Parts: sequence; structure tokens; C-alpha cells
Amino acid sequence: MSGTFVGMPAFPEAAREAVGNATLRGNLRHATHTIRAKRARAVAELSDWAELREAGRRIKDHTLRHLDRYLEQLEESVTAAGGTVHWAADAEEANRIVTDLVRATGESEVVKVKSMATQEIGLNEALEAAGIRAYETDLAELIVQLGKDRPSHILVPAIHRNRGEIRDIFTEEMGTWGRPAPEGLTDTPAELAEAARLHLREKFLRAKVGISGANFMVAETGTLVVVESEGNGRMCLTLPETLISVVGIEKVVPSWRDLEVFLQTLPRSSTAERMNPYTSMWTGTTDGDGPSTFHLVLLDNGRTDTLADTVGRQALRCIRCSACLNVCPVYERAGGHAYGSVYPGPIGAILSPQLRGTASEIDASLPYASSLCGACYEVCPVAIDIPEVLVHLRERVAEGGPAVRQGNRVLLKPAKGHAAERAAVRAARWALAHPAALRTGQRLASRTRRLHPRTLPGPGRAWTGTRDLPPVPAEPFRDWWQRTHGGKDTSK
Amino acid sequence: MRVALFLTCVNDTLYPDTGRAVVKLLTRLGVDVDFPMAQTCCGQAHYNTGYRHETEPLARHFSDVFGGYEAIVTPSGSCAAMVRELYPRMGERARAEGRGDSLARTLAPVVPKTYELTEFLVDVLGVTDVGAWFPHKVTYHPTCHGLRGLGLGDRPRRLLEAVKGLELVELPGAEECCGFGGTFALKNADVSAAMGADKVRAAESTGAQVLCAADNSCLMHIGGTMSRLRTAMRPVHIAEILASTEEEPAV
Repeated sequence: MSGTFVGMPAFPEAAREAVGNATLRGNLRHATHTIRAKRARAVAELSDWAELREAGRRIKDHTLRHLDRYLEQLEESVTAAGGTVHWAADAEEANRIVTDLVRATGESEVVKVKSMATQEIGLNEALEAAGIRAYETDLAELIVQLGKDRPSHILVPAIHRNRGEIRDIFTEEMGTWGRPAPEGLTDTPAELAEAARLHLREKFLRAKVGISGANFMVAETGTLVVVESEGNGRMCLTLPETLISVVGIEKVVPSWRDLEVFLQTLPRSSTAERMNPYTSMWTGTTDGDGPSTFHLVLLDNGRTDTLADTVGRQALRCIRCSACLNVCPVYERAGGHAYGSVYPGPIGAILSPQLRGTASEIDASLPYASSLCGACYEVCPVAIDIPEVLVHLRERVAEGGPAVRQGNRVLLKPAKGHAAERAAVRAARWALAHPAALRTGQRLASRTRRLHPRTLPGPGRAWTGTRDLPPVPAEPFRDWWQRTHGGKDTSK
Repeated sequence: MRVALFLTCVNDTLYPDTGRAVVKLLTRLGVDVDFPMAQTCCGQAHYNTGYRHETEPLARHFSDVFGGYEAIVTPSGSCAAMVRELYPRMGERARAEGRGDSLARTLAPVVPKTYELTEFLVDVLGVTDVGAWFPHKVTYHPTCHGLRGLGLGDRPRRLLEAVKGLELVELPGAEECCGFGGTFALKNADVSAAMGADKVRAAESTGAQVLCAADNSCLMHIGGTMSRLRTAMRPVHIAEILASTEEEPAV
């Protein structure tokens, strides 16, 4: 994924700073709780939500099972409609394809529709290295780009910023990218939006090349779909002469009928709207209307490997609504940056270690960035059992095991730093398989209870830093039971 | 009716009062309780930390100990969810790994017979008024595995509402996780502590004297936070409230 996240520390370390930042926690709490309540209301309006959720799950699972077939059909349809399809195995290849396509137009700047796929591959940075300037046109992406920042939420990338911070970013940075912010800009939402509108307008009208992702690709017709709220996407998709769309291979659906389900569940889950304000659909090219050249770059970048994992593949159902982020108590405290990826929150914690592998410190720590409370699974509109996948990936980190990497079957070794834990788990398992040993341990703990320290050394310090331990009772239950009920000691 | 009490390793070692309360309560309701001494642990902590293969012997042991009983009752939503939800999944995974049906067959008998305490009272015994007396202001925290894993719904609340003298007050943000999450509390201590502190503040805002839940692990985390923050509120397991009577009140 994006080079900007290489060398991130493990999640607990990255989260520590966010937990201590009161402004950030306040911004996040306010934003996630507002959207969470709105989403619940929007979902409750539909009497058939459970059926829609199940239908979405089935469509996605069916498509993933026959992904090869639908992708070939998509390629045929897009080509027949006048588009050109490119296949990219990884981020590097995708960036090279896009860079070459932009160069071929002779242009040195492009306008962009908000796209997770292009963020995942670090396209803006790759274009910049090739001397091409990419302008983000989504309001929140613009804030992140101007602020030389990283996105911290899938849907609301600048969720961690408040109005005052945004005003300062606009005032200081807009001028270096194009039309400066108006004099005396205040932090009222209307004024901020107007400043962004004026700044972006000149870019829309000048741009010859547009770059987008897509929410869906329809195999039967070769149609791509982008849903958005601001209308900037439609400008980028219709005004330029050349349109390049970079889309993950899992975004294909078989037919137009399938969209019916997702165009209901996606907006309600993400922005709590009954319908998103702009739904743009484009099929190849049409003379005299829209871009005259259309390229579709189909991105793998770890998706085929993920598909090979029977438990983990359900992550590919994700429609990027971000409902799981908004209900996650861990995301709410740790913030999006701590996840070290453009995919933060619960979905990021299962997607990133699958797309990138678990070799790095951050990726090995992500499966543990959850209390397994299950709120994410409950809200997921395509029923991804995120806790199940988290535990499955923990197993890969702790015990190692079979996986597919770049198409090859490999046997992964346990991640570094788990040897002591593994030994402790084995010892505990042994004691717990021998009731007499457990009993001896309990009695020992009870007899020495007056000597127990208030704070613990080693890994236990993580507990006693902020919480008091309960006192060990004078007598474990099983001793009381035997004393009072004469229970026969069947311990072996 | 004769049931086996699966107390859980945490309760056995650290919270024997909860075990004594379950025995007292079920006996009062005419249930014959047995405590199989060979019981240890369901293996949830191992499983959720990523050690599925280390969990299998513990699950087999659980089945050996409890397989013969008509019903298995446990005062822990979390451990009940482990047996009911995750044992079948472990069996499936073993099969998918080409290890046959042995694990699934061994675990099958205990899966449908394992009940969380409040579920057992309401669904099996068909009671909501258990004749309890607890004259305190109480707020209830539905723990995640009980709420979303087992789907306990309003069963605990209905039981609490029927307790004489008890004033039940709503906990703001009740359905939000307290931040315990087993080894999560150690592996992500900062986030866990922040979640715990928020839960304690929400509980304090109710003016309740007691925070009640159906899982001592979550209560250990919340209670440990209360103690550190010097909160004038105590954590109490729901079994201890339901066992409390005018003749023998819970402390």
C-alpha cells in the first residue's frame, strides 16, 4: 500500500498519542456519535434491512466465488463500449500504468475524485515523483491534501479536524496550490465550503485528465458507478478529455439489478442518507459527451491472495461505507492514523494485514486492535464477521500457518515477539488441562494473598498502571464447595 | 432438575462469592446443582488471542467434564458464548483442515445445553421474579458477548426489575464496550483504560450505588478503574443481586 505508512510503529504505540490528545478525542467522539445515531435512524426506516443485508452478502459472495468469470465479462463489456482495460498486479504496476497514461496525454496535472484505491497505492505520490500534480477535489480530501496530512477515516478523511483548524489550513495553503482563500475567511461551514468551491472551480474547468475510482463495476454492461455527495465527482467524470479509473477487482457486480441492493445499503450505512445526492454512471465513451478516452485499471494488490483465504476472504465484500468505524470504541479513542493504513478502524484491521501481509510491526499488531465487542459486525451492511476474521488473523500472527502470498502457497512462521506469550499460553493450557495443578495454583495464590504487590512488573504493568487488581479471596470456590458440599475431588 | 455449574476459571479463582450466589439462588428455585470438580476453563482467552490449537484440548476437557449433564449453567455471558458460538466453529475449522469430525463430535453434546445464568432463569426455568431483595440504586451494563454474542436482550433487566427494593437506572451508552476484551486490556492498555474510564464516568452520571453486569471479567476491569478513580460505586455481579434476600442480604 501507500509508501507514506512504511515503518509505522505497532498499533498500541501509535494509539497512545491519540488517546492522550483531548482535542482529537473530542473531535472524533462528537463526529462518530453524531453519524452513528443518524445511521441508526436511517436504517430503522427500512422494514427489510435484514433482507437487504443478506442479499448484499450473497451477491458479493457469489461474485467473489466466480470473480474470474465476471472480470473477463467486464473487460469484454468495457472494451466493446470503447474503453481500454489494464490489469495491475500490485501498486507499483498500477502507478506505472497511470503515470504512462497521463504522460501520453502531455498533461502535467490531473483532477481526482475521492478514491480509496488510488490512496491505497499511493498514486498521488507516484504522480508527483513523475512531475504530475494531482488535485484532490473532495472537500475532506482537499483539507487533508492542503494540510499535508493523512486521511483518518474512509468516508470523512478529515474527521480529526475541526472548523478552526480547517480555516487555518485554507488560509495558509490554498494560495500555493491555486486560487487563494478569500480575505478574512471565518470558520463558518458555509464560508469554508464556498472557499473550497471557488478554489476547485478553476481546476475543474482547466483539467484535461480526470482520475477516479469506482464504488461498483457492472460486468454485463461495463458500467462504472461512483456515489458521492458534493458533485465534484461528477465534474471530474464529465469535464476532462481523458478519464482513468483505478478500481479494485472486488468491486465488480454481475448485473444492474444488483445495484438496487447496494444503492440502498451504502448511503444509509455511510452518510445516513436515504439516497446519495450524486450517482454517476459511465460506460466506455460516447461521441460528443464526456471524456473521449476512458481507461480502466483493474487493481489486484493482494486481493487474489485474500480471496484464497476461506475465513478472511469475506473482507472483500466491503463496500467502504465506514459504518464499522463510526461504532468502533477503539477507533473512537485511537483515531484513524494509528491504523497505519488508508483503511482504518475495524475493516482496516482485517483488510490491511491481508492485503499487505503480517510481516511488519504495524500489520502484525492490527488484528489485536479490537476488544472483539462485535459492534462492527452488527452494523456491517454486507455482514462481514469482522471479529471472526480478527481472531483468525491473530492465529496467523501467533501460531503461523498456511497462507497465499503473490499466488504461492506459503507456510507463515509466527510473528516475532510472540515466543514468551506462546510459552505462557502453553503453560496455562497445561495447568488448565490438569485440574489438580489449577487447584494447587489457586491455593498458592490464596495463601500468599497478603504478599501480593499493588502494582505488577512485566506485562502486568499494563494493567496496574490504570486499574487496581481485585484482591485474591481467602478460599477459591472449589475449596468452599468441597468443604460445604463434600464434593468428591475428582481432580486428576 | 439437576444442572452442572460451570463457574469459569476467573470466578473460581477470584470471585467465589459469585459462585456461592449462583448455588444459593438455584437451590432456592428448586434446582439441584452439581459442581464437577474436574472443570477448569473453556479456553476463550487462548482462542481469542490466536491460539486455536492450544484451545482444542481445553474444549475437549470441557466436553468430557460436562457432556453428561442435562444443562450447564454459567454466570458468564462471555464463557457461554465461547461454548455456544465458537466451539462449533472450532469443530468446523478442524474439519476444513482435514482432521475429520472428531473434534466436532466431541464438542457437539455441550453446545446446546450451555446456558448463561439469566438465560437459564428466564428461558428454562421460566421465572423473572426470583424472590430477591436488594434495596439499592443499580445501573446495568450489558457486556458485549452477552449482548451481541448470546443475544441476552432484556432478560437481565427483567430479572433486575422484579427485585424488591431495587431501583434500576439507565446507563448512558450502555451498549458500548467497557474496554476489557480479555488480553486486549494488556495488549492495548491505553485504549482499554480510556474506554474503561469513559464507562465509569457514564455509570457515575446515573447516581447509582452499584454497577451490575453478568460477567466478572468486565466487572474486574470496570471495578479496577473505579477503585483507581476513587469512585463511590461498586461493581456487583447480577447473580449476587438475584441471590440476595431480606434474610440473607448481599453485602
